[in-house]
Amino acid sequence: MKRSVNIWNGIDKISILLFLILALMGWVSIYAAVYNDEHTGLFDFSQRYGKQFIWIIASMVIAVFIVIIDNRFYFFFSWFIYGACMLLLILVLIFGKEINGARSWFEFGGFSLQPSELAKFGTALALASYLNNKRQDLTRLNVIIPASSIIVFPALLTGLQPDMGSSVVYFSLFIVLFREGMSPYIFVSGLLSVVLFFLTLLTNNLYLTIILICIAITLVWFATRKWKLVATGSIIFIFFTGLLYLLDHFVFKAIGNELVIFISLVLSGVVCALYVYNKRAISVLIIYLFLIGSIIFVNTVDYTFNNILPAHQKDRVNILLGFKSDLHGTGYNVNQSIISIGSGGFLGKGFLQGTQTKFKFVPKQSSDFIFCTIGEEWGFLGSAIVIGIYLFLLLRLIKLAERQRSDFSRIYGYCVASILFTHIFLNIGMAVGLVPVIGIPLPFLSYGGSSLWGFTILLFIFLRLDASRTEYLV
Amino acid sequence: MKDTFINRKYVITALLVLACLGLLIRLFIIQVVKNTYRLSADNNVLRYVTQYPARGLVYDRNGELIVYNQAAYDIMVVPSQTTKIDTSGFCDLLGISPDLFRREMRNALIYSRRAPSVFLKQISNETYARFQEKMFMYPGFYVQPRTLRKYSKPVGAHVLGYVSEVDDGVIRKNPYYKPGDYIGKSGIEEAYEKDLRGRRGVKIFLVDVFSRIKGSYAGGRMDTLAVQGSDVVTGLDLNLQAYGELLMKNKRGSIVAIEPKTGEVLTLVSTPDYDPALLVGRIRSDNYAMLSADTLKPLFNRALMASYPPGSTFKPINGLIGLQEKVITPSTLFECHNGYLFVACHSHPSPLSLVGAIGNSCNSYFCQTYRRVLENPYYNTISDAYIKWKSYLDEFGFGSKLGTDFVNELAGFIPTTDYFDKYYGKNRWKALTVISMAIGQGEVGTTPLQMANMTAAIANRGYYFTPHVVKSIGADHFIDKRFITRHHISIDSTNFEFIVQGMEASVNSGTSTIAALKDIIVCGKTGTAQNPHGKNHSVFIAFAPKDNPKIAIAVYVENAGFGATFAAPIASLMIEKYLRGEITNKAREKNMLELNLMH
Repeated sequence: MKRSVNIWNGIDKISILLFLILALMGWVSIYAAVYNDEHTGLFDFSQRYGKQFIWIIASMVIAVFIVIIDNRFYFFFSWFIYGACMLLLILVLIFGKEINGARSWFEFGGFSLQPSELAKFGTALALASYLNNKRQDLTRLNVIIPASSIIVFPALLTGLQPDMGSSVVYFSLFIVLFREGMSPYIFVSGLLSVVLFFLTLLTNNLYLTIILICIAITLVWFATRKWKLVATGSIIFIFFTGLLYLLDHFVFKAIGNELVIFISLVLSGVVCALYVYNKRAISVLIIYLFLIGSIIFVNTVDYTFNNILPAHQKDRVNILLGFKSDLHGTGYNVNQSIISIGSGGFLGKGFLQGTQTKFKFVPKQSSDFIFCTIGEEWGFLGSAIVIGIYLFLLLRLIKLAERQRSDFSRIYGYCVASILFTHIFLNIGMAVGLVPVIGIPLPFLSYGGSSLWGFTILLFIFLRLDASRTEYLV
Repeated sequence: MKDTFINRKYVITALLVLACLGLLIRLFIIQVVKNTYRLSADNNVLRYVTQYPARGLVYDRNGELIVYNQAAYDIMVVPSQTTKIDTSGFCDLLGISPDLFRREMRNALIYSRRAPSVFLKQISNETYARFQEKMFMYPGFYVQPRTLRKYSKPVGAHVLGYVSEVDDGVIRKNPYYKPGDYIGKSGIEEAYEKDLRGRRGVKIFLVDVFSRIKGSYAGGRMDTLAVQGSDVVTGLDLNLQAYGELLMKNKRGSIVAIEPKTGEVLTLVSTPDYDPALLVGRIRSDNYAMLSADTLKPLFNRALMASYPPGSTFKPINGLIGLQEKVITPSTLFECHNGYLFVACHSHPSPLSLVGAIGNSCNSYFCQTYRRVLENPYYNTISDAYIKWKSYLDEFGFGSKLGTDFVNELAGFIPTTDYFDKYYGKNRWKALTVISMAIGQGEVGTTPLQMANMTAAIANRGYYFTPHVVKSIGADHFIDKRFITRHHISIDSTNFEFIVQGMEASVNSGTSTIAALKDIIVCGKTGTAQNPHGKNHSVFIAFAPKDNPKIAIAVYVENAGFGATFAAPIASLMIEKYLRGEITNKAREKNMLELNLMH
């Protein structure tokens, strides 16, 4: 019995408290979201809030079990758990029940299970296990590639269901790779390409190119702090641009503005190359290469999207990403969701007073769009508190991860933080119209047993590892 | 082992904090900065259901109902609630074509997917009954009860006016009206629109995403009840109105009858006319187009809008002014040798006094009187005398709108001195230049309503009330002050007595003996309004009984010739109908009913 007392002493109570607060908030929000006058009892098990209550109780039981199990179990069985999860992901593609065109669920009688929610902690365990004691090697491709494969494999399987939302979440584990030593350029390139991809589809790519150049010039100044360099480079670039533009305008009349800028940029680069070589100004070179790469990327995406994709597929992408309003589909959801949250005002409409949620204007408002209920009924204040709690939990997890003695525990901790962060950011971002609609739950708040249990297991394994952080695993 | 990448935790921490900050900024923008979303949320959830009030009823002076309401049913549709239905069955049920169905559905969709729009207007009771039984088969469709006007008799179209749906112009000008509302057009419906329309109510419901009503908003505290329109009681005598229209059938012209003691309009007929029921409901616009295109101009209200030279019916006025200006006395005699200078006259005893001159409608007498009025040495110039003469006419309400409760009223025309100065040159015109006005010809233009009003003033021996058709509004019998204010004419009542005697003589022994009635002393005056476009108009003004008059009337029959021939018997029949309730001279009635002047 001494051992379990030690665990209780070592476990992080703040995280547990935050977990309980979030689960409780979720339960209340689900009650408000599905509330109707016929069923008013909080424990009506025919209603979603009644069921969620059972899920919460069950998740607590699961949490207790996880904490009781020896911490070494997770390390030694990590590959086994990962394998089992991958097997489930494969099986669900074959035996899963198709709901809304996706095979994401197993159904046993009246009970259904979403394996992609469980596979996240499996993947995190495997990644932590693989990277244990390999920190310095993450610069080498023979480590990066297997590590990436551990992440990409479940992402692909989930993408096949297809469940794009859950699939995207796995890529957040690259944050962990970055933390453990992967080159920041790969990380920045990845982030940049995602951001640029959306910006390209959203805006005119000529403006985007100009903005990128301005950012690059600013970065060069930050990197070198040399006014002369920045001014000279800019003047050379502007000179080339002006010359080419006039030539094009009066002589060729065939080169587009984008191409004019690109050629000027290459010519300016050639002119400046000598300087870079003499001064060994690596940072300028890197910024320059990133700029050229971004512009090529932006124009390629733009060209592919506008000239190669057939119109109906273009529409589909636009609607899927929420750039084009489709009153009956995705566009409707986002629109109603923003209206719900926006109508909440600063203090909100009050518990059960949200007309948007009460009268079901927002689809999936107890699962993926649960944040609408919070935004509408509790206003900016409530929303800010929820985001604050999440941020507190994330920062707490990073703090806990950094105090681990073993690489395994730290890496796993970062995995938990990354996965939770991605869920939170994408889910709330989607509800407020910042990111395209991808159906992923809000951790601990959204309705659903699988997701709640998945997040509970994910979190509590880490809390269990943290509780015995003083011990060595191997 | 040294962790060389420990600083990267700050990068990751910064990433998390920045991302959360981004979410918070976005939330702040949509929740606190912009307040349009609140409105959108309200628009989503609040369903305003208009409660249409019943329009006020219109009664005649005897309490008989003239205009009332019938239920009508609009079929409404909420496109988002409709399901796939058996279109042909639906069309058969409503008796519409599939084309119409598609067109209306498209219009409704264009208007709004979630808000109700009118699918089909004013279906009949039978269709409504059929539709109600099967309505459950067609989700998204429901029935909105409305009211339509109904008329107890097919008469009085020009007085009553009609009701139509408001157009964009009205909605822009008057914020009260919303698309689909009804508004009174012309007649009583327009003049008393504000009283008759009542006040729209609204019930606010909360609806869910499927537009299903989930309850009333704020417990119904924000709802307003519809207030029924006020009923109005008119001075019209429905039977007399109907009789007047019957008499005027197949004739072009008008009848205006006024109760002298109150100024209430008893009857206002303008023919050709139309059945008011033609301008009700779905058939209204088609019928309106048809009536507008009719060459007989049935929509034109001659009683108010037609300006005629009054002809000899103007003579009593000139006689009155002569007496008041003391240029003649009742015993003044003028000779007539079939005319005066260039104004011809018919054969009658000569010389005549005022009473005889009115009775025999002597042109010569009134030319000489008028000349004396204008050449009165009391005034320095003819212009001054003319201005004085015109001031009497102004008092009678000639040359300007009377200010009745009819919406389209013509002012008529009495020339000013400026008019003559411009026409003839200053000081270049004399009494003889304008002598034709002595006998109501020339530039003078008056409407039948103005002539009836003048007759009422004579009947009252010197005063009148502004003619009005509505005598009280609503339960508290409201009436506008301007209709109970006496307008006194600055001519002594004793002078009026001589004119009354003249008009009595006209009926008893003069030019209009055809209008005489047994046991009822009718005072009248014939007139023949010259018409440059064709045959002269037959005009007759009269009031009866001589003492304590109950009715003053002006009858115009266009292109009918001499006043006594047609207008006088019609006026006489109207008077008898009103005073006695029955017609003693059946032959006269038969003649007039059968008379057809529409060729």
